[in-house]
Amino acid sequence: MIPAAFDYVRAHSAQEAISLLSEYGDEAKLLAGGHSLLPMMKLRLAVPTVLIDIGRVDDLSYVRDQGDHLAIGALTKHGFLETNALLNSECPILAHVASKVGDPQVRHRGTIGGSLAHSDSASDLPAAVLALGGTIVAQGPNGVREISSTDFFTGYFESSLAEDEMLTEIRVPKSPGANWNYQKFNRRAQDWAIVGVAAVRVGNSTNVSLVNMGSTPIRAEAVEAALKAGVNAEEAALHAADDTEPPTDLNASPEYRAHLARVLTKRALQASGL
Amino acid sequence: MALRGTSVRRREDEPLLRGLGNYVAGIHLQNAAQVYYLVSTIAHAEILSIEIADALQAPGVIDVVLNKDLDIGPYPSGNPIFDDAMIRPLLADHKVRYVGEPIAAVVAETIAQAMDAAELIEIDFRSRPVIIDPEKALSSSTLLFDGANEGNIVCRMQAEGLEADFSSCEVISEVRTVNNRLAPAPIETRVAAAEWHADGRLYCYNSGQGPHPVRSAIAKILNLQEEQVRVISRDVGGSFGAKARPFPEEVLLGWLARRIGRPVKWVPPRSDDMVGLGHGRGQIQYCKIGGSREGNITTYQLHIVQESGAYPAGGAGLPSNARAMLTGCYEIPSVGFSSVSVVTNTTPTGAYRGAGRPEAAAAIERAVDAFARDINMDPAEVRRKNFLQPHEFPLVTPTGSPYDSGEYEATLDAALEASEYEKLRIEQQRRIQSGTEPYLGIGLASYVERTAGAGRAEYGALELLPGGQLLARTGSSPYGQGHHTSWAMLISDQTGVPMNEIKVVHGDTDEVPQGAITGGSRSVQLAGAAIWEASSGLVEQAKKIAAELLEASTEDITLDTSSGRFHVVGTPAVDVGWAAVSDYLESATAGPRLLHSEEIFESEGPTFPFGTHIAVVEIDRETGFTKLIRMFACDDAGIILNPLLADGQVHGGLAQGAAQALMEEFRYDPDGNPLTTNFGDYPVISATELPFFDRIVLETPTHINPLGAKGIGESGTVGSTPAIQNAVIDALSHLGIRHIDMPCTPEKVWTLINQHH
Amino acid sequence: MVLGGYASSFVLARDEKGDTVEISVTVNGDTKTDEVEPRTLLVYYLREELGLTGTNVGCDTSSCGACTVHVNGESVKSCTMLAVQADGQEVLTIEGLAPSATELHPMQESFRENHGLQCGYCTPGMVMAACSLLKENPSPTEIEVREGLEGNLCRCTGYHNIVKSVLACSGQDLL
Repeated sequence: MIPAAFDYVRAHSAQEAISLLSEYGDEAKLLAGGHSLLPMMKLRLAVPTVLIDIGRVDDLSYVRDQGDHLAIGALTKHGFLETNALLNSECPILAHVASKVGDPQVRHRGTIGGSLAHSDSASDLPAAVLALGGTIVAQGPNGVREISSTDFFTGYFESSLAEDEMLTEIRVPKSPGANWNYQKFNRRAQDWAIVGVAAVRVGNSTNVSLVNMGSTPIRAEAVEAALKAGVNAEEAALHAADDTEPPTDLNASPEYRAHLARVLTKRALQASGL
Repeated sequence: MALRGTSVRRREDEPLLRGLGNYVAGIHLQNAAQVYYLVSTIAHAEILSIEIADALQAPGVIDVVLNKDLDIGPYPSGNPIFDDAMIRPLLADHKVRYVGEPIAAVVAETIAQAMDAAELIEIDFRSRPVIIDPEKALSSSTLLFDGANEGNIVCRMQAEGLEADFSSCEVISEVRTVNNRLAPAPIETRVAAAEWHADGRLYCYNSGQGPHPVRSAIAKILNLQEEQVRVISRDVGGSFGAKARPFPEEVLLGWLARRIGRPVKWVPPRSDDMVGLGHGRGQIQYCKIGGSREGNITTYQLHIVQESGAYPAGGAGLPSNARAMLTGCYEIPSVGFSSVSVVTNTTPTGAYRGAGRPEAAAAIERAVDAFARDINMDPAEVRRKNFLQPHEFPLVTPTGSPYDSGEYEATLDAALEASEYEKLRIEQQRRIQSGTEPYLGIGLASYVERTAGAGRAEYGALELLPGGQLLARTGSSPYGQGHHTSWAMLISDQTGVPMNEIKVVHGDTDEVPQGAITGGSRSVQLAGAAIWEASSGLVEQAKKIAAELLEASTEDITLDTSSGRFHVVGTPAVDVGWAAVSDYLESATAGPRLLHSEEIFESEGPTFPFGTHIAVVEIDRETGFTKLIRMFACDDAGIILNPLLADGQVHGGLAQGAAQALMEEFRYDPDGNPLTTNFGDYPVISATELPFFDRIVLETPTHINPLGAKGIGESGTVGSTPAIQNAVIDALSHLGIRHIDMPCTPEKVWTLINQHH
Repeated sequence: MVLGGYASSFVLARDEKGDTVEISVTVNGDTKTDEVEPRTLLVYYLREELGLTGTNVGCDTSSCGACTVHVNGESVKSCTMLAVQADGQEVLTIEGLAPSATELHPMQESFRENHGLQCGYCTPGMVMAACSLLKENPSPTEIEVREGLEGNLCRCTGYHNIVKSVLACSGQDLL
């Protein structure tokens, strides 16, 4: 399939991208790696009339040590995250989760910022950033703002990014040596998770997030509360699907997803010793 | 040394590995226009109006064609037992009957422009009730066709004169099993091109399984003489039975090319091809099997409800193959068979990887396993007790299949030994006791299948070229099987000419005078045999020339096939080669200028390869996820020509078995919307779900052809599919689970485990 | 649809969109400059503008990997990249892999030796993916090879001989 026709504009800086977004409004889409957007455009499920290519904004590809946290440029590719030494030592769960996205070809092109902005509850990285309690940095015409990951994902393929804002950076706490685990359940390795669970120790708390258990990536708050109250992993995991509304699709009913969430949460907690 | 039986590397590979394959999408035709078919997005509706004015005005558009514009069609079903009222139009007329049915041909300068224009076509539909479930379609008042003889029923089949008598059975086991609908999904979609030449001939570029039947179909529908049509089929990116017949979209290209006065090319996108290319399988099987508590099976009955899809095509006829292979490897005195093929608002079904034979094997192998379970006997033992014995061959089965040769028990023994079956059973028990470790399932299937069952003749010819090189023409057109290598091996063995001096031509109706569909695992035994005998004929012709050159009588001439040189018996020091024979002919003033040997090999019957497959699966008891961890395949397909290539054929089939048993199913919602129209939603099996396979090769020759060969192209699928399904059920049988329909998805398995705990 | 779920923003207005853009791409060592429509996917640019038809198209959802090429030394699916995105980049296709017309690349040779292909349609993408895999992981285990090829589908071989080909090319002992 071939996308419907569109105009193409290349932005050389975040600033330029944002002013182009302001100019074209909701008919425009930002193109980073293109691995979320282009498949939709090929099937003509997305028909933007202007594409603003931010793939050349090279100064947004990095992993930096910022003292208590790591800053990751929005255009950093999954493959880069997977192998980056700093990320592997200071926040290994994120490097690992990046290695589970799609397939190698996808990881060579797809970016963390694109993945988060796409806000697909079935994607791996949004849930991982959520579990880490990360912060999303958005730049708009009026400057930069920080959005907590707990506030970022607002609905089915919806985020709190404004139409004229661009996601520029992701900040995650440094957690060297902290226990973590990621469970991804799917039928083929290249597929989206039917359900995924990320568990990680951040400071004094154990955070658990769920992939594909609702319209957005979500935190398993009931599990976290139970753990905080001293309940053991196996029993805490029984709460993994509490207050969730898991979707139905070809691969799973809501009941099965709820069950998977419980099983995978137990496994994530037990495997990581959390 | 003879090349037969050795793993000669393929001569086909180098161009393919360099990206120099000659697939239709890459063929350059001067000034070609692109065709995009707008297909129905509604499963069942009347077409009230179609508005194409905007599309005709769109940039780059050359033409938009609807059914009313056609002076050709409809598309003949090709099977006299189908109901004539169900014949399909080339483009939808007043009705659409499935999502994916072509409605309009949009012809434009580029494919993107054709797709853009197709979006501008407005169709006013009046939707009609939709019928998806084939069993409901049998008695539904929703009819797809007016004037059909028996509602939605395409045809019924029986086994004449046979009736299963269960009266003396101590134990009767019954299983209803669904043989799931599959998308064949060759990685190359259907693709074709058509071009009229100045001499008034139509050239058709085809991606299929043999150009001659395609030529017949195209000529017939376009009202042309066959000689007016040249069909060319070079490299084909997979077919598996599905692309054997040209689809209406392909046939129409010649008509479109004439109408616009330019060549046209059609390369559909995957999401259209998933609902356009015929689907495979699609049977609901009612198996009933009975016998004694000691394990002697005496009675078996099978009833099939066959999904035909919206228009009867190859799929509606599949039960006849299942009938032929009804009783599998077993001696069963009392049998019965019936089937009914029925239309639904779904993509028409067709041949795919075994076409009816895997379905027959799946039914009996599932039934035998269920019977074994019911009498509490090891499934290997039940099979052993009921096998046809080697001394009984040749024989004719109750449903008329003339089995040539078989050593069924030998394949069972070999597979059991290779798999260390007893140890697996002990490990299985240990896993159950552990309380947490994944369940282990061991599944068996002993199969026999019919190859070269349809169309028993094939063409082969060999000629001597100047300089002593050889040129072979084969009626069989490969799509990955490696004919060029295999035929060159056979020719080299017969003539002594080195392989690199043997050229093979296939896939062109101008270059090869006749040929049939390459399918049903027929090529080596028919086309290979034709090449073998044509080679032998050429040697005899050459001996006459050699005799003149050596001033001896023809009877005294012998060919040393290790050197490719002729000499008089007893005096090898004085000899002549093929080049000398060729030179002599060139310079001769009278007589033939070249040697040419032609053979149409016609076998007296099909052949029946067989084997035993053992699958080992692990099932995560908490999630239901099933992983195939080992796959043992013991196959006997007679004498193997090239073990490397035979292995490859089997491996692909084994993967397809795993795919059908564990993953793949083409699905619809109740409104007839297809849910699996791309490779994201339709899980074509990938490398991560599969282990390395273990092959055990046995070779029991057949007397049916001079090569002693049977077909090996589809056995992998025939055996592995029920073996893996049986393995899943075996892993869970201690919980009281008797049956799981394919595909054994995690949720399905988990649900059953849950219900039985 | 499970494809991670696609948002449905049906914006239909489309008048004179898609003015062509000039791009300059180095393909198999040669720099090419062309005017392309922005919507032109890299794979169609390679096939139709440059005549490099070795890179095949097998699906429309970035699933099958038949279109895999290298961009700046890494495997990518050329059906999921616009030609304009390749502007100024280095692209290597299957046609540029072998060192000469008489020699094959070791990966190509290994596929030939181990019968890692049948119909050949997935093969260019499979070989390019396999080369990228070994570049990143020169001695992969069997599992790592399978995972490294998770984005490439083959319908003929059951992957058995493909995995063998890649392991053999890495210089490791086979089964």
